[in-house]
Amino acid sequence: MNAAELLRRLGVWALGLLRGLGHSAFFLVDLVRSLPWALRRLFLTVAQVHSIGNYSLVIIAASGLAVGFVLALQGYYTLSRYGAAESLGLLVALSLVRELGPVVTGLLFAGRAGTSLTAEIGLMKAGEQLAAMEMMAVDPKERVLAPRFLAGIVAMPLLAAMFSAVGILGGYVVGVLMIGIDPGAFWSQMQSGVDVWDDVGNGIIKSVVFGIACTFVALYQGYEAQATPEGVAQATTRTVVISSLAVLGLDFVLTALMFSAPR
Amino acid sequence: MGRKSIETLVGLFVLLGLLAIVFLALKAANLATFRVGGTYAVTAKFDNIGGLKVRAPVKSAGVTIGRVAAIALDTSSYQGTVTMELEQGIAFPTDTSAKILTSGLLGDQYIGLEPGGSEQNLKPGDQIKMTQSAVVLENLISQFLYSKAAEPAGVQK
Repeated sequence: MNAAELLRRLGVWALGLLRGLGHSAFFLVDLVRSLPWALRRLFLTVAQVHSIGNYSLVIIAASGLAVGFVLALQGYYTLSRYGAAESLGLLVALSLVRELGPVVTGLLFAGRAGTSLTAEIGLMKAGEQLAAMEMMAVDPKERVLAPRFLAGIVAMPLLAAMFSAVGILGGYVVGVLMIGIDPGAFWSQMQSGVDVWDDVGNGIIKSVVFGIACTFVALYQGYEAQATPEGVAQATTRTVVISSLAVLGLDFVLTALMFSAPR
Repeated sequence: MGRKSIETLVGLFVLLGLLAIVFLALKAANLATFRVGGTYAVTAKFDNIGGLKVRAPVKSAGVTIGRVAAIALDTSSYQGTVTMELEQGIAFPTDTSAKILTSGLLGDQYIGLEPGGSEQNLKPGDQIKMTQSAVVLENLISQFLYSKAAEPAGVQK
């Protein structure tokens, strides 16, 4: 393979990447435009919140509890060296509400709900159900994709809030019940340091953004999957990889925007 | 699964999510400590505000009674102008003095108000005349060093 051939392939790859970006941007515009339809047939959205949200509850709660436990144990180890073990509640709450809650929920959401969305829509496409809908003059973007998109956007912040709340309770269990920090100091340090709008509010904004990103990637990958078993399998893998990277990248940008300015 | 049971389960999910948000707002954050009553603003000028930040507490006798709303530089006197929002219903005499203090050795800075004996009270928009600047560690150390350096000369005489 000579240099010209290498350059040609690089060009093809770059052009394909650009085309994919443009295609997905149009797809996003279509999705947003069909969102009002999801509100008109509300039960379709409610059923999707059920399959996206309710079934993710157990894993979100279990992970939140585990993260809270570990944060409290590790945080206590470091804080007690500086005689600041009383601040454990603040440490646990701030790390959960600002970062870990939205980010870990986003990653779990991509793995738990995103994959099932991609596989479902990919198989619908493989079984030509989407084509059949178009034959009946039903727009599959309105009937199938819009309710799932809206459900993802609604479910994600609720799941992230549950993750943070359960995590704080987990931190309370380890910090106060097991290690023996004074419960009054645990809560009062937390309350004096966590701001409703700057910390809790920004965390919720983060989780809404992650919900949009994860659901969009999952729907796009499912809708554009090759209509074969291998194609659906590849699309599902891509959903996890791209959503996870999107969550981590967006988190950096959002954190820089929200929290970098010194107060 | 029937439509009704799905709707019930989703309702439960949404309820749990909202409960979590309420928990974060009330138990983990400081929404519960917000005063519903109004505030009134007074200003004070300091030669040096040190590390005072916006939203730092304003305390009197150790009790938090307000927050710092804004900090600006007065370009005519080159002093730091601090606007404080104090709780409505807590009145201070006009000869109240304001100090910038530090909570603990390394803690955050806050404003301490010490009421005077005047009959009149501060009105919204008034300025606190008597102020004491923040203690800047470098100034303190340099003062100490100068006084130390001056000492032996005095002894030799």
